[in-house]
Amino acid sequence: MIEISELSKRYGSFQALDKISMTIGAGTVFGFVGPNGAGKSTTMSILATLLLPDSGTAKVSGYDVTRHPKEVRRRIGYMPDFFGVYDRFKTDEYLHFYGASYGIARTEREKLIPQLLELVNLSDKKEAYVDGLSRGMKQRLCLARSLVHDPEVLILDEPASGLDPRARIEMREILKELKRMGKTIIISSHILPELAEMVDEIGVIEHGRMVAQGKVSDIQSRMRVNRVLHIRTLGRQEELAVRLRDEEHVSRVLDDANGIQVHFSGEDAQQMHLLRRIMDWEYEVVSFNEAQTNLEDVFLEITKGGAAT
Amino acid sequence: MSTPKRPGGLGSLWINPVLDKEFRLRMRTPRSFIALLAYVFVLGGLAIGFIYVTMGFQNSQAGMRFDPTTSRLLFYVLSIAQLVLIAFMTPALTAGVISGEREKQTLNILLTTQQSSSAIVLSKLASSLAFMVLIVLATLPIYSVVFLYGGISPSQLILVFLFYLFTMLLLGAIGILCSTLFKRTIMAVIMAYGMTLFIFVVTGVAYLLLFAVVQQTYYSGTVPPKYSWVGFILGLNPAGALISIFEPGISKQAFLVNSGNLQDDAPIALWLEFLLVYAVVTAGALWIAIRRIRPVRRRKAEDEETVQGEEESAVAEMKSVPGKSDRS
Ligand SMILES: Nc1ncnc2c1ncn2[C@@H]1O[C@H](COP(=O)(O)OP(=O)(O)OP(=O)(O)O)[C@@H](O)[C@H]1O
Ligand SMILES: [Mg+2]
Repeated sequence: MIEISELSKRYGSFQALDKISMTIGAGTVFGFVGPNGAGKSTTMSILATLLLPDSGTAKVSGYDVTRHPKEVRRRIGYMPDFFGVYDRFKTDEYLHFYGASYGIARTEREKLIPQLLELVNLSDKKEAYVDGLSRGMKQRLCLARSLVHDPEVLILDEPASGLDPRARIEMREILKELKRMGKTIIISSHILPELAEMVDEIGVIEHGRMVAQGKVSDIQSRMRVNRVLHIRTLGRQEELAVRLRDEEHVSRVLDDANGIQVHFSGEDAQQMHLLRRIMDWEYEVVSFNEAQTNLEDVFLEITKGGAAT
Repeated sequence: MSTPKRPGGLGSLWINPVLDKEFRLRMRTPRSFIALLAYVFVLGGLAIGFIYVTMGFQNSQAGMRFDPTTSRLLFYVLSIAQLVLIAFMTPALTAGVISGEREKQTLNILLTTQQSSSAIVLSKLASSLAFMVLIVLATLPIYSVVFLYGGISPSQLILVFLFYLFTMLLLGAIGILCSTLFKRTIMAVIMAYGMTLFIFVVTGVAYLLLFAVVQQTYYSGTVPPKYSWVGFILGLNPAGALISIFEPGISKQAFLVNSGNLQDDAPIALWLEFLLVYAVVTAGALWIAIRRIRPVRRRKAEDEETVQGEEESAVAEMKSVPGKSDRS
């Protein structure tokens, strides 16, 4: 659905994108993460035909963004990181305007717009002037706007930035709904936990380079992040804690009333060996589980490595 | 809309969504109304002032009389004043139309719609000009005084209004060009007024200076040439062109054509020169604006020779970067 290959862009002497490549399949929700200034918005602007790359290609549904921008525009719904709204429009007029800009006939729009307003929970604001909407409402309105022409691909640049927790949750619910509708979504964010539960794949970008890309779980395991293992036994807990300190791949052992916490840097196979050894030592293990590393840790881990190069 | 099934039909060509939006939003500000009111008041005030002064002047010698000659003079004064007002208004109306959207960060969204660059630029120009036309038509009642006393024909009035329309088109195209080229509205406004000043004042002053110089040396030669090139400079000035519509003889004088020689005529009427030269300027300005509103692709679609390392287009960075003015 989206194919980017060797995309580069420089602003003056500053290399904002350095040969980025990625492929996003149809129906995938792709989380695009990276620290400030990494080049997320630049990539998305290129996809949205607003910026020309210096070299490399980007294709949406097989159409090259520089050669067939009009075809690309028809297929994408773009929500920029910063955007303005025409204040003196009413909410439904606003959507009518963009609908008309995509060549959608009035009769069709009259059916479509109430549905869109419904989707983003703004039905009761139909007659309100855009000027008077709250930030979260404007953001949702802008999202509705990006959907007027029923695009296959959504390019959402930090759609939840500047929203309060409640508004974030609302935004997330809408995005889940869009995912259910089968849209291909590329969504950028630097707030990772927010993305974790809805994205299928992530791409981590830093200094204009893609430092990691793939399924969320793959990346987590591949990145050898310090896992935290929780071990609970029936008795002899302190003894086990002492023994574990000398094990391979174990960096830290905490021992408290809830059990033992082991910071472990090995991979799955080594983890399995560790469990086997504990069993061999005949401890009565009640539970042995891995605390879920969250995306935040992955992110910090990856970008720390990227900064060194 | 009459043809709902055909979005690309004739109806939507004229009632373009961008045009529709511009009309609505423009008419929703009190600013437009105030501008209209102020404009009519200025011109009306001028007319009343003129009548008051001439009446008072004549009163002392010939009683209350407002003859066709005075009426004609009033028409000239009004027409020139209107031209000056147009020169003030048009850049203000157009220089912000693109850069304003860029600053409000609505432009990048507009650019991702199916609207073509020319539809966006031309719609914005059309809506600004429509508003200017409305303003100028609103001043028509002031001209009724002139008709009341005669001295001017309706066809002359129509010609003058057509001339205004052309001037607005010219200044509007320049305003929109500045608006696309410069990221900041303030910069665009300054540049648009700069160019307007050039067209209105610099050409006039240059003409007067050069005219004085040329005139000194003109008759000294043994065989005086048929005409002098200085006239071409006056032809670039809107006021000169406008006057040549009222008084066709002025073209001859401007080109220093020997007035005794009846066969010799000016090489070109001033207004015609004005029209031809600035039609090219207008078209050029619009063409550049249309090309520059979206990133420029230097290579042809099928051309495989990739030219790399090209600079940014004017619109490349939609986020406003403070203090970073365009192409220095
Ligand atoms: N018009 C421009 N001129 C010069 N530099 C620019 C321009 N636009 C972006 N940059 C630079 O390019 C880099 C990438 O910017 P970009 O906006 O793509 O980052 P981002 O990943 O979206 O960051 P953020 O998380 O802050 O939104 C930044 O270092 C930025 O300073
Ligand atoms: Mg960004």
